[in-house]
Amino acid sequence: MKTIRLSIIGFGAVGQGVANALLHKQDYLESSGINLKVVAISDSHGACIELDGVDLEAALERKKESGSVATSDVMSLKVIRDVDHELVVEATPTNIDDGEPGLTYMLEAFRHGRHVVTSNKGPLALKYNQLCDEAKNNAVHFRYEATVGGAMPILNLAHDALAGNRIIGIEGILNGTCNYILSRMTEEGLSYQHVLGEAQELGYAETNPVYDVEGIDAACKLVILANSIFGMDVTYDDVEVTGITRITPEALTLAGDVGMVIKLIGEVKDGENGVIKVSPKLVPEQHPLAVGGTLNVALLKTDMAGPVCVTGKGAGSMETASAILSDIIAICRNSH
Amino acid sequence: MIVSMDLELKDRPGQLVQALKPLSTFGANIMSVLHQHDQRTPRGAIPVQVVFQLTNGKLNDIIAELENGGVRIVRVGKKLMYEEVTVILIGHIVQSDMGDTIDQIDSTGFAEVVSLSISMPGINEPSSASLVINAVGMSELGKALDILRRVASEKDLLVIEPIEKDQLSVKT
Repeated sequence: MKTIRLSIIGFGAVGQGVANALLHKQDYLESSGINLKVVAISDSHGACIELDGVDLEAALERKKESGSVATSDVMSLKVIRDVDHELVVEATPTNIDDGEPGLTYMLEAFRHGRHVVTSNKGPLALKYNQLCDEAKNNAVHFRYEATVGGAMPILNLAHDALAGNRIIGIEGILNGTCNYILSRMTEEGLSYQHVLGEAQELGYAETNPVYDVEGIDAACKLVILANSIFGMDVTYDDVEVTGITRITPEALTLAGDVGMVIKLIGEVKDGENGVIKVSPKLVPEQHPLAVGGTLNVALLKTDMAGPVCVTGKGAGSMETASAILSDIIAICRNSH
Repeated sequence: MIVSMDLELKDRPGQLVQALKPLSTFGANIMSVLHQHDQRTPRGAIPVQVVFQLTNGKLNDIIAELENGGVRIVRVGKKLMYEEVTVILIGHIVQSDMGDTIDQIDSTGFAEVVSLSISMPGINEPSSASLVINAVGMSELGKALDILRRVASEKDLLVIEPIEKDQLSVKT
């Protein structure tokens, strides 16, 4: 049995989802010959460090009751530097301005020879190549499936399952909040403002929705796809972005009259007519990209396999944890 | 230009080749051939329908060559504009002079706006419009869209275009 010691840095919805997933998947992991031992969990208040393995159930309970998992005032950076372990699950919130604190956490983890699995888009959208170089220089793994499309596998699909194919272009819906808003507007003929309010009430949209509705979140994910799958060297500033705030119910009705729906589509295409763009587009109602609700979807155009389409839940605690767990398992299988 | 032709062939071997040869000679791109061998026209001939794309204006040459070869041409139909796209515009469409926006596309000669529906919910609220543009070919349609994008950006209108067509075969 291979034992991998890991830390969970950031204990919000994603970090807790990972802890829950590890609790519930103990048998599955054991039968796969993998023993994952969480030696530290940290949040913004401090950390809980147990070299023999953190009691995950107690940690989740403590977070719920007191608002923090911490049993000591040791901070995240110190955990990454000084606690002996192999893999860091970096699950702090995304910050698109400078990528911090996630960026420093990831770089420090690499410098201390630790693998990193993350769901944090900010650092990758800003410093993708720096992160990859640092991981490579330290001969450790860096995986980030959870940054794009939540549970929907796209990076690993392109890199592993479709290995050998050239990916010509990717188009998709990469933000569940926008998809929810546009779907509801279409179905009910309601105004953008009205549905946004509804989405905020249901917890599908943040109090400050700019990040989602202006297409910034989708653009960050597109940058990760462009760099990771197409080997580009782009950052958020290279993306042409138009959000959904100007979409009217009348426009959706007019689109419906000709059998179309309006979706916020991210597209990235390599080569001469290269594009990297997020904008509202008309999609035929029967098209695989025309998924509703909060779903995400991506259509990969490949040279051998032709078009391949994948859809799934783009957000949520357990869904994101699913992507993180699959990355952790992949590292366990590939590290010696 | 897309041309559809109804031909009548005699029931003899080699007639279909005879009928199609002038098309390839004059650079037509054949899109469809419907050869109904089990049917007969009132004159006892076999009806054949062909549809082809022609970009060099040599339709008269093709017709002459077919007639020289003894192929009877029953009907010729032409369609000049055969690429079409629907786009949605959002903004102050009427105030920003929709007529001018349409003129800029129509004046190209290779593309035209063939349909326009506008929905205006209130006086100071943005309107929405769906616009159908036809063009003589794919690249001309692209140029027409370029014009629309430029004009729309000058007039602060949001243009919503369709996703690319060649993705997956979609059942309709």
